[in-house]
This record gives sequence, C-alpha cells and structure tokens, in this order.
Amino acid sequence: MAMHKIKVTVNGAAREAEVESRLLLVHLLRENFGMTGTHVGCDTSHCGACTVHLDGSPVKSCTVLAVQADGAQVTTVEGLEQGGKLHPVQEGFTEKHGLQCGFCTPGMLMTTSALLARNKNPSEQEIREAIAGNLCRCTGYVNIVKAVQYAAEKMR
Amino acid sequence: MIPAAFDYHRPDTLDDALKLLKQYGDQAKVLSGGMSLLPMLKLRLASFAHLVDINRVPGLDYIKEEKGTLCVGAMTRQATLERSDLIRSRYPILADAAPLIADPLVRNRGTVGGNVANGDPGNDHPAIMIALGATYVARGGKERTIPASQFYKGLYDTALARDEILTEIRIPAPPPKSGGAYVKLKRKTGDFAVAAAAVQLTLGKNGAVESARIALTNAALVPVEAADAAKYLVGKTPDDKTIAEAAKMAAAKSQPSADRRGSVEYKREMARVLTARALKKAVERAGRS
Repeated sequence: MAMHKIKVTVNGAAREAEVESRLLLVHLLRENFGMTGTHVGCDTSHCGACTVHLDGSPVKSCTVLAVQADGAQVTTVEGLEQGGKLHPVQEGFTEKHGLQCGFCTPGMLMTTSALLARNKNPSEQEIREAIAGNLCRCTGYVNIVKAVQYAAEKMR
Repeated sequence: MIPAAFDYHRPDTLDDALKLLKQYGDQAKVLSGGMSLLPMLKLRLASFAHLVDINRVPGLDYIKEEKGTLCVGAMTRQATLERSDLIRSRYPILADAAPLIADPLVRNRGTVGGNVANGDPGNDHPAIMIALGATYVARGGKERTIPASQFYKGLYDTALARDEILTEIRIPAPPPKSGGAYVKLKRKTGDFAVAAAAVQLTLGKNGAVESARIALTNAALVPVEAADAAKYLVGKTPDDKTIAEAAKMAAAKSQPSADRRGSVEYKREMARVLTARALKKAVERAGRS
C-alpha cells in the first residue's frame, strides 16, 4: 500500500500526515487531526455537511482525497472564528436562529462565508442558489437565508 | 464509505500523465474533478489500481475564442464556465446548462472535460457539445480530434483510448443569427436529468432555419442526436407547428429506461416537451443575435 506524506495548511497552521491514497479529506480532518467540526452526513456528495474551503473555494470534503489537498490551504468551521470573535455568518446563524439540530450548520457556514467573500450583497435568490448543495432538514431554509442576510449587512 | 485501495499518482506534466496511463493500461483511470469518479469508487461501483490525478498539470484550464473557435481546456471547472462573461454573452446554451449541473459545491471541483469524457448518459455537456458541433482533442502518442457526435459508444464507453487524455473541447463560434438553448427537467438540485434537450440553430435571411442540431440527455445509453428532427426543420420557418413536429420526431428517437425518475412514456413525453421549449428559446435568441 502506497503511503503519501502530505503537508496541508489547516486554518493557517501547517500540518503533516502520512496517508493512504484512498483516505478522504473529511477523514483526514476528523480522524487524523481530531477536528470534528466538519461533519460526515450523506457521504455521497449530496448533503454538503462536510463542506470546507480548499484554497478558498467551498468543496465537499467527502469527495476529495486527502492526498489531493497536499500543499493546499484548507479552512474548516473551526477556522471561521478570528481572535475569539465569531465570523459574521456564525453571528447571523445565532441571531436569526439559522439552525435547529445543527448537523448541517458547519457546511452551511462554510458555503455562505465563501458566498459573502465573493458577493457582498447577495439577493435572496443568490443565497438560495449558493446553498443549493447544502441540505437542511430542520429549518426550511427561511432562517438560514435571514442569517446570511444579517451577516451580509454586518460585513458592509 | 471508503474506496477499495489504489495507488495515487500526481504527474506535473501531460507527458508524465500519458506515460503513467501507458504503463498501467486498464488498471489506470484519470482523476479530473473527481465528482463522478470518487463517488463511484466509494460506492465500489468501480475500482482502479491506479488513479492519475491531472489537477496539477498546467495549461488545461482556459476559455478562449480564437479564429472562430471557442476553446475550452479540459480542466476548466464548471464554476469557471458558469461565471465566464464570454460564455454568458456568446454561448447561451452553455450558460443555460452551467447552473443546472449538480450543485454549486460540486461545480467548484467538477470539470468540463470530465463531464464530456466520462461517458455517463446523465452528464449534460455531451448532448450540448453534439448540438454545438464540438470536437474533442485527445492526446495520446499523438494528438487527434474526435467529433462529439462520434465520441459516445456506449455506457461509460467512448472513443477515447485507455492511454489518451481529453485535453480540449473546440466549439465553432456561431455565425450571426444563431441561437442555442438547453432545457432540463430534474427532480431536485444535484439530480441527473429526467429529460433534457440541447438545441443550436442558425436562421437564414428569410427567417427560415438554415442549420440546426438537436441532442437529448439521459434518453439512452449514449446522448441521442435527433438528426432527422433537425433536418426536417432546415428550410422551414420555425413556428409552433414545425417546432411541434420536430419535437415529436426528436422524442421518437429517445430510448430511455424506466427508473425512479419516471416511466419510459413519461420520459419520452418530457423529451418532446423540452425539445419544443429549447427550439422556441433558440429561435428567439437567434432572432436577437
């Protein structure tokens, strides 16, 4: 079995690991690095609970090999908070009750923080389109949209 | 779910990638965006002893128009295509399709080259490329071009040889008075098409159809080119009557299989409805261009 030595920058910190080819990025984060904020939901790249930023772009980490992230910058939900201060989308989800069970929330936060980095003033339609790959079974999305709108306002 | 074990290779050049394919033959598979391949490996619907990851091969990610041809590098991400001003302004059929493929997160990884080379009848770009009259550039020992209309041989079976990599898609720039459209019915975001129709046509001076191509997604084991329907339209004024007739002819060519997305009859009926809608949209756009 070929093993690969990889170097990944996770939330700004350089990390190293020796991984099998078939190890998925989400398992590298959760099991090798002990960062369980990123969730495994459907495990078939439908639900988006495992969303992380790979070199700034939100992707489903259950469908990326860990070895593919070699040399890359990965941001997980643990990296959204800066210096003890919540990211505006985290604050928005708190203020607007953007979650109930919370399982989809890490993925939602990663997708919507990437959206706001690209589009400072998204319409409701644009928010809904951006989260089309993240499934929530509790909220009906209404409060998630409000949470993102709150964050957008806050970031302006 | 964990894929069966494999060895992973990450060549830095196209030549090195081709060498690996030559070396490992049937045991090797090219890893592009991985949005189809990795789920298939995880579900153990497929397994390969060697994956050749071409994500770090430089020079395969571009969208440019030169000398009357739109050239799309195989590693162009779906999200890049979706956000391209050139695509939005000049290739409405591609702009229609872009937001309908999978979901936004998958589109950040998935590539146009992977979509066309995969040979899955549920992929959207194959029918579109046939409608656009595209050709694919394959690099193996030497470079060759394969028309999209002759590329698809069967389920996951294409004209691409085991030791070849699809590097570029070449689309003839549409002449004035051209229009295209892609109309897709799907149950939910991320699902493959129940039915979808791709149309690209050009109108003559008198408003009659000068040339047209129609192709259907997920209507058989390979994308279905409805050549008879397109031929019927040539020389005719595209009105409600002729469009309805062409849509009927196109749907008659579809050979869908019944599954959770619907019965054969339903899918064929949807192919008819969507072809008519795509034709109407394409004609409107041609009139404006």
